Amino acid sequence: MSVIEVTDLRKSYGGRSVVDGVSFTVDEGEIFGILGPNGAGKTTTVECVEGLRVPDAGRVRVTGLDPVAEHDKVAHVLGAQLQEGRLQEKLTVREALQLYASFHPHPADWRPLAERLGLADRLDARFGKLSGGQKQRLFIALALVGNPRIVVLDELTTGLDPRARRDTWQLIEEVRDSGVTVLLVTHFMEEAQRLCDRIAVIDKGRVAALDTPAGLIRRSAGATVITFTPSAPLDEGELSALPALASVRHRDGRVTLAGSDETVNAVITLLARHRITAHQLRVSDATLDDAFLDLTETTS
Amino acid sequence: MNTAVLRTEARLLAREPGSLFWILVFPPLLLAILGAVPAFREPQDGLDGLRVIDTYVPVAVLVGMIVAGVQSMPTGLTGYREQGILRRMSTTPVRPSALLSAQMLVHALAAALSALLALAVGRLAYDVPLPRQPYGYLLALVLAVLVALALGSVIAAVSRTVKIAGAVGTAVFFPMLFCAGVWLPVQAMPDVLADVVGLTPFGAAAQALNEATAGDWPGWTHLGVMAGWTVVLSVAAARWFRWE
Repeated sequence: MSVIEVTDLRKSYGGRSVVDGVSFTVDEGEIFGILGPNGAGKTTTVECVEGLRVPDAGRVRVTGLDPVAEHDKVAHVLGAQLQEGRLQEKLTVREALQLYASFHPHPADWRPLAERLGLADRLDARFGKLSGGQKQRLFIALALVGNPRIVVLDELTTGLDPRARRDTWQLIEEVRDSGVTVLLVTHFMEEAQRLCDRIAVIDKGRVAALDTPAGLIRRSAGATVITFTPSAPLDEGELSALPALASVRHRDGRVTLAGSDETVNAVITLLARHRITAHQLRVSDATLDDAFLDLTETTS
Repeated sequence: MNTAVLRTEARLLAREPGSLFWILVFPPLLLAILGAVPAFREPQDGLDGLRVIDTYVPVAVLVGMIVAGVQSMPTGLTGYREQGILRRMSTTPVRPSALLSAQMLVHALAAALSALLALAVGRLAYDVPLPRQPYGYLLALVLAVLVALALGSVIAAVSRTVKIAGAVGTAVFFPMLFCAGVWLPVQAMPDVLADVVGLTPFGAAAQALNEATAGDWPGWTHLGVMAGWTVVLSVAAARWFRWE
């Protein structure tokens, strides 16, 4: 069952089109990622879902509700953590949780929530005194305190150190396991690959691809990466004639080829024919990173 | 109006020692210091037999209002917009307007408390009589608070950042203090100057408060000037205010 439906969403600012026909649906209980380069229209898209912006055209439904016309109802089922935005410097964690809980008819008990988010010993700390990770965890808590069915997390781990980032990822998985659907906006490939069930890659205001992380990697041209240091120079013409080759790169005497399994076999044959040894030969699956670059390049 | 938001904003204002000092402590303190000068406790012919300290009680009352409305509130509101606090509120069932009205009400209450303190210090320390026309005085006070809040809202509306709001607030602050009579009480101003100042929100407020203090119903012109400014400034603020 889908809880978010976005159909042909369009939004422009001052004649500049930012979101240009985006469509996707998010199913209940999944972690759905929106991935894209900076300025691709990710945040504008989720802001339309949150009801913060009015779309120029297209249809947005959150559990069947219109986020603009039925703002208050949507605010009860959807919790949002915004990309930027702070709280009053002198508001304490406890006061913030109590205040935001009071906005909802059936709020979550904020004490266990604070416990789960590692804020139990910071309840009397003022917002201004919290660390970056604690602030982010508080924002997640505020997004969850209304007991929403859906939570939107926008660039959640930007600016966090690697440990805090991993802790936050675990937290997001726990949130999903508790039955909340997660819409995650990110530009971190590692984050999207680790967390998301499905990903919409947005580039220049359009959906460039929509698939599982593995599916995105598979469908990109260079799904398999071959790197080696040849014992003698290779003929550039023969290299670029390899079947299913997506790209060739030379760096410090090392050759990196992206292609498919077919490319692997062909390059081994080629090397054998010229009696060239491939030192430190590595064949690996491309990461989402590679797939992403591939996908966002082909649409440009 | 959301009472939880209101309580939170009241608590937060109570954590701002700077705002508290200038709104609640400074005006009564000003009175106390002026009253400590013996000559200011002598009746003056130029003031129709009033003492300087008598003329400064309404001034102190207005100073608290001007600080609350023009200095404290606009920087607060602009900060809420700049830091995305209004935006975060827009994602909840409580609209950001709840935060705006809470800020206004909290500052209005602080200004009213400041007025009470100034009246109390004047009465208890220097025997300044309480207003002889209390209803007229109350009406003038309410209008003065409203116009201070409306003026502050315009400042918050036109200022994109806290820094700008602080600068605009200060630029407006001193002329408003002058009109209220901080340097020269309106009773002591030359007639022409008093007439001109009477067209400004706090000049009109000062004259209305003086009339009510003396036992007369405040002049409708003065009340009308305050009401007129309140309407004009509120419309301007509503028109220019940006939520983000």
